[in-house]
Amino acid sequence: MATETTRFTTGTTTAAPGTGTGTGDTPQWGGAGGGRGKRPRRRGERGPLASFGLHATLLLAALVAVFPPAWLLVTSFKPKADTFTISLLSNFTLDNYDHVLNNTKFLTWFGNSLLIVVTTTIIGVFISSTTGYALSRFRFPGMRPLMWTLLITQMFPMAVLIVPLYNLMAQYGLLNRPIALIVTYLTIAVPFCAWMMKGFFDTIPVSIDESGRVDGLSPFGTFWRLIMPLARPGLAVTGFYTFVTAWAEVAYATAFMTGERHLTLAGGLQTFVNQHTQDWHLMTAAAVLIAVPATLVFGYAQRHLQSGLTAGATKS
Amino acid sequence: MAEAAISRLKRGTRLRRSLSNYWYAWAMIAPVVVVITGIIGWPLVRGVFLSLTNANEANVERQIGVNKIEATYEFVGLENYLDILGGSEFWDRLGWTLVWTVSCVSITFLIGLGLANMLNRSFRGRTLYRMALILPWAIPAFVSVFAWRMIFNERNGILNNLLEGQGIAGVHWLSDPTWAKLAVIGVNVWLGVPFMLIAMLGALQSIPPEHYEAAEMDGAGPWQRFWNITLPGVRSVSMTVVLLSTIWTFNMFPVIFLLTRGGPAGSTDILVTEAFRLAFIRSPRDFANSAAWGVLILLLLVLFAISYRRALRKQGEVW
Repeated sequence: MATETTRFTTGTTTAAPGTGTGTGDTPQWGGAGGGRGKRPRRRGERGPLASFGLHATLLLAALVAVFPPAWLLVTSFKPKADTFTISLLSNFTLDNYDHVLNNTKFLTWFGNSLLIVVTTTIIGVFISSTTGYALSRFRFPGMRPLMWTLLITQMFPMAVLIVPLYNLMAQYGLLNRPIALIVTYLTIAVPFCAWMMKGFFDTIPVSIDESGRVDGLSPFGTFWRLIMPLARPGLAVTGFYTFVTAWAEVAYATAFMTGERHLTLAGGLQTFVNQHTQDWHLMTAAAVLIAVPATLVFGYAQRHLQSGLTAGATKS
Repeated sequence: MAEAAISRLKRGTRLRRSLSNYWYAWAMIAPVVVVITGIIGWPLVRGVFLSLTNANEANVERQIGVNKIEATYEFVGLENYLDILGGSEFWDRLGWTLVWTVSCVSITFLIGLGLANMLNRSFRGRTLYRMALILPWAIPAFVSVFAWRMIFNERNGILNNLLEGQGIAGVHWLSDPTWAKLAVIGVNVWLGVPFMLIAMLGALQSIPPEHYEAAEMDGAGPWQRFWNITLPGVRSVSMTVVLLSTIWTFNMFPVIFLLTRGGPAGSTDILVTEAFRLAFIRSPRDFANSAAWGVLILLLLVLFAISYRRALRKQGEVW
C-alpha cells in the first residue's frame, strides 16, 4: 500500500517550489536584489511586512473557516440554559450527549445512514471501476455515447428526478426503505466516479494488462487480479467521494424517508430544531456526533483527494 | 430471396463477431448502463410526462396498505409550462438564482485563488493553515448549515450578541430578505472555498517553477508574473472547476433549504428549492408543476453547458 500511495501524495506533501517573492499587495518589497542599501534578499524570501500580511490574512481566513464547527463543539458541552451564552464552557456537561444517545432515535438514524451509505459505496465503487476500466482500455461501439451520458448526468439537477423517482418508489412500495435511497444515491455517485476511475486507470500502463494476457489471464482476470490492486488509491478516492456524498445528502433523504424510525442523519438532525421544537443544545451534540467521524475519514483521505482530483482533471 | 438470406447471414456473422470482440467491454459497462437507464432515463421520461399532466397528491397511483389506488390524473399538454412561464414567480426565482449562482461562484473563486496563492509558498505553519482552511469541507454540509443557523440566530445568536455588545442593533439575519440573501451566499461561499482552494493549489503546483525563474530574470514584477504565468497556468483547471461549481451552486439545495427554508416569504428560494417545495412541502403536493419546474431547470443547465462549451471552443480550448 505504502509504495502505491506515495505516487499520489507527492503534490501535497512536498514543499512548494519557490514561486515568487513578495505578496501581490506589497510589490515594493518583492523583486530580487530590490533593496537599496539593504541586504539583498534571496529569491523566495519575504520582507517583514509581506510576511505579516500573509500570516494575518491566512489567520483570519483560518479563523472564519474553523469558528462555526468549533462553536458547535463548544456549545454541545454547555447545559441547555447556557446554549446561547458567549462564554466558553462555564458549566461543562455531557448531558446533551447522554440525552441524544439514550433518549432519542439518534442511534437508529445513525444505523440507517450507515447501512445506506456503505451499501451505496460498495456497489457504486464496484460498478464505476468496471466502467472506468472498460472506458480506459477498450474501444467499443457505444463508448462515446456512454461517456457523454456520464458527463451529462452529472449535471442533472435533483429537481428533475425527485418527483418521478418519488412516484415510482411510492408505486412499488419502496418509500421508507433503505433501498430507495441506495438506488438514488447510485445515480449521483456513479457517473462522476466512473470518470474519475477512468482517469486513474489511464495512469496505469497498458503493458501490465498485456503481460497479464500473455500469461493467460482473461480480460476479467486481468482487471480483477492485476489492475484493481494497482488502482487502490483510486478506489479509495471514489469510495470516499461516494461515502461523503451519500452521508451528506439532504433532499432525497428528506423526501423519501418519513417517520422517526426511517430517517437518516440528515433528516434526524432537522427534528431537533423546527417549527415545533427548539432543542439547540441537543442539536449541537448530535451534530458533533455526526461530524466527528466524517471529519476523521476526511482527514485520512484528503491527501489522496487532491491528487485524485488533479489526476482526473489533467488526464481526462 | 437468396440475397436476403445472404445478407441476413452476413449480419448474423457481423453481430457474432462484434459480440465476441466487444462483449468484455459491454459486460463491464452493463451495470452502469442499467443503473443509468433504470433510475435516470426512465424517471426522466416519466418526469417529462408528469409535467404534462395535472398529477398531484390526491390523484397519483399509490399503495395504501394492500390496496392499490389507480392514478386518475389527466394529460393537460403544455398548460403547466404556460402557467409557469406566464406568471412572475418563475422569473423572480430565476433572477435570484442567477444572482446567487454568479455571486457565489465568483466570490468563491476569487477567495480560493487568493488563498491558494498564499499557501503555495513555503513558510512556517503552512500545513496547519491548510488543514484549518479545508475543515469546512470535512464536515457534512447539513451539519455546518445548522452551526451557521445557530450563529445567525436573531435573539440569541453569537453574531447579534457581539453586535449588541458593541452597541449596534442586532441584524435580522434570516428574516429580512436582503440579509437572508447575504447570509445564504455567505454560508455557501464558506462551504465552497475549500474545494476551490485545493483545486487551485493543485493547478498552481503544476506550473513549472522554471517559468517563474525565467520571468524574474527578465525583470518581471510580482503582478506581471501573476498575470502572465500564474493565471494562464491555472486556466484549464479553473475552467473545469468554475463549470462544476456553477452547476453545483445552481442546484445547491441544503444550504437554502436548511438555513432559511427559502424564507422569508420565499425570497431566498432558488429554482430547485422552489421545485422541491411544490412537491414535498406545500399541501396539497403538486407533482405536475414541480416536474415542470424540474424540466425547465434542466433545460437551463443544458443551455448553459452548450454556451460554455462554445465559448471555450472559441478560445481554442479543447473540451
